[in-house]
Amino acid sequence: MSAPLTSLHRCCQRSALLLHVARRRWSSSSASPPPLHTRLLLFLTQRFYDVEMLLSWRSQLTRNQLQKKNVYYGYTQRFYGLDIASAYFILSLKGGFRFAGQSEWFYADQKGKFSWDFLNHKDTPLEEVDMSYTVINYRGLCNLESQRSLRTLKLRGCPEVDDWFLARLHVFQDSLEELDISHCPRITTGGLAALRNLKGLKRLDVSSLPGISSPGLVIILLEEMLPQCQITATGYDYNLNEAEGEEEEEHMQRQR
Amino acid sequence: MSAWRRLRVKLRSVPGFLVSIRPTQRHTSPYGRLTLCRSLSTGSHLRNEFFKDLEAQLAAFRKKAADALPGSSWSPLQINPNLPPERADIVIVGGGVVGWSIAYWLKQKEMVRGGVRVVVVEKDPTYSQASTVLSAGGIRQQFSLLENIHLSLASADFMRNINEHLGVLNEDPVDLQFNQSGYLFLANEEVAHIMEENYSTQRYAGAKVSLLSPTQLKQKFPWVNTDGVVLASYGLENEGWFDPWTLLNAFRRKAISMGVIQCYGEVTDFKCTTNVLRTSSGDTVDLKRIGSVKVQMPNSLEYQPVECAIVVNAAGAFSGKLTEMLGIGSGPKDSIAGIPLPVEPRKRYVYVVHCPDGPGLDTPFLIDYSGVYFRREGLGGNYIAGVSPEEAEEPDTSNLEVDHQFFEERVWPGLAHRVPAFEKLKVTSAWAGFYDYNTFDQNGIIGIHPLINNMYLATGFSGHGLQHSPAVGRAVAELILDGNFKTIDLSNFSFRRILTQEPMLEKNIV
Repeated sequence: MSAPLTSLHRCCQRSALLLHVARRRWSSSSASPPPLHTRLLLFLTQRFYDVEMLLSWRSQLTRNQLQKKNVYYGYTQRFYGLDIASAYFILSLKGGFRFAGQSEWFYADQKGKFSWDFLNHKDTPLEEVDMSYTVINYRGLCNLESQRSLRTLKLRGCPEVDDWFLARLHVFQDSLEELDISHCPRITTGGLAALRNLKGLKRLDVSSLPGISSPGLVIILLEEMLPQCQITATGYDYNLNEAEGEEEEEHMQRQR
Repeated sequence: MSAWRRLRVKLRSVPGFLVSIRPTQRHTSPYGRLTLCRSLSTGSHLRNEFFKDLEAQLAAFRKKAADALPGSSWSPLQINPNLPPERADIVIVGGGVVGWSIAYWLKQKEMVRGGVRVVVVEKDPTYSQASTVLSAGGIRQQFSLLENIHLSLASADFMRNINEHLGVLNEDPVDLQFNQSGYLFLANEEVAHIMEENYSTQRYAGAKVSLLSPTQLKQKFPWVNTDGVVLASYGLENEGWFDPWTLLNAFRRKAISMGVIQCYGEVTDFKCTTNVLRTSSGDTVDLKRIGSVKVQMPNSLEYQPVECAIVVNAAGAFSGKLTEMLGIGSGPKDSIAGIPLPVEPRKRYVYVVHCPDGPGLDTPFLIDYSGVYFRREGLGGNYIAGVSPEEAEEPDTSNLEVDHQFFEERVWPGLAHRVPAFEKLKVTSAWAGFYDYNTFDQNGIIGIHPLINNMYLATGFSGHGLQHSPAVGRAVAELILDGNFKTIDLSNFSFRRILTQEPMLEKNIV
């Protein structure tokens, strides 16, 4: 019983000595403490929950800023009327619009500056609205709901336009004639089904929607759903994946 | 000793041998290996290899020594890691969408981190008989009761902002695959006035619904046969269908990330303390308080009693069995204890049919006045159809077998009558699921049971539990943590209406 224990003891002593020797050898090989970025990362990994909280605060902050931009312009509506409020909302989000009966467009430039001439046209409904590449979302649409004679709505490349936004467009079902929702990343097939209410639609642009799978089939079904509408759907690759695989094989065979 | 050294030198020269033989040397003579380390002075390459193994061996040795020495937590008796904790604050019985929604909202509403310890107990890890995953997944606001409409509106609001609520950092966003297609209810002459009343209630509550005449209906949906239809009610917004499994998993993932403990097991028994009170006429009333819940592991005799403060009964179709364990329903006939929980499982069939010439992308969830319903499934011409059977022909609920004769007799004639294109269809698949059917008035029961002080009920939704689950979860969490309903007042859905026999009938049950 004691023989294994004594050899165990000897092994412990020897291994401690060896480790000491080894550590000295290793420490002499590395010249300096690890660089700043490594030390920073090690510091952060020991504070996981704090980092998680900071990241969630950041996403909460961006969401709050988005909701602030799309807030309901109640005061403007009360003091200036529904149409001016909608116009002001569009200009604040860096969009553009055209009044009914007028031919000039009111735009806000890149920095958000716009002229206040639109205040001269009181109680004139909006006819065409261009909100391309703005951050309008479902809540912001409540500012435009009062425009029941809206004919054109352009929402090209809007990152916050999703299926629920499309479902709410039913308020414009009598008047809307042209809708452009190309390049919106959050629209899926379920949202396109919501366009069934816009029976008066004449031109629809659904190009390059990354969210829909099997775009060819969806475009055909959309055309059946809206028979009077002219649908533009460019930017889709309709090639079969199998054909690409065969081409690759041929290429490899030729290389050999 | 020198013989060993010579052997090592020979073995080193044949690289293949060294790799295979060295492990056996180590295994056969551990102490012999240690005595070999005296021969360190042979060469630097031997020393390097030795250092590489040394640290790993030392770590393993140290760990084993620490475990074996007294004072460590290692014991030869291993504890089953799947058991629930011994104590919890709130035990939610039932891991369906209602149960996980309540768990999420409890964690969302707690004021301090780790304020309530919530355990969700689910009997079946495969969810093979759970109503949530077998549901058709529709959500509508077309109800006749104001509370139901408010619940649906709140749930639709929740689903619209689902990533804000249920998004977890560094995980994929939740995609419910929500089809915004709306519901279409058809009414004949007898029920048209009910539909008109419901329409005004729905508009008053804020639901976006429109009424259509038969000509407007034919214009909008040319594939419908308007024979017998006098009025149609069509949902414009916040109505459609989605994937229930995604919603369940989103709730589950978020709740677990917030600290809810998940347990797979069956609740087989309760330990209660009983307070016997006497009424003025001399009858006794037993007021029970649940002290602990006995959770039995699946396919095992092992169990764990979980001491808890509050039990939430979200067991869906099996809630009646749970309350029977507590003695509800087995008292004298004319007492409160004699009234059982009126929730029982009812089997409903869902058939998947394929029709190439059927209605297109704009197909709503159509519900005929005869009870036949169908909706589009995917883009390939598939539809899901079914009908609620009459009271007399309710199928047997001991299993989930599908009766295909039922389709031919009851579903297909209704479908073909309403949509002529469905005369040529093929049934590709079918399944059956349970409704947690409230035999009293087909509406949910939410609130504390009068005889059991700490059991909250959230069951009996009779087919619309899934669409109300986010709002019901929030309501029950408010009831538990705040003491009263704060956002939607569901006091009309309490157990009291069953005691006073005042049904809250819903006139639009599918």
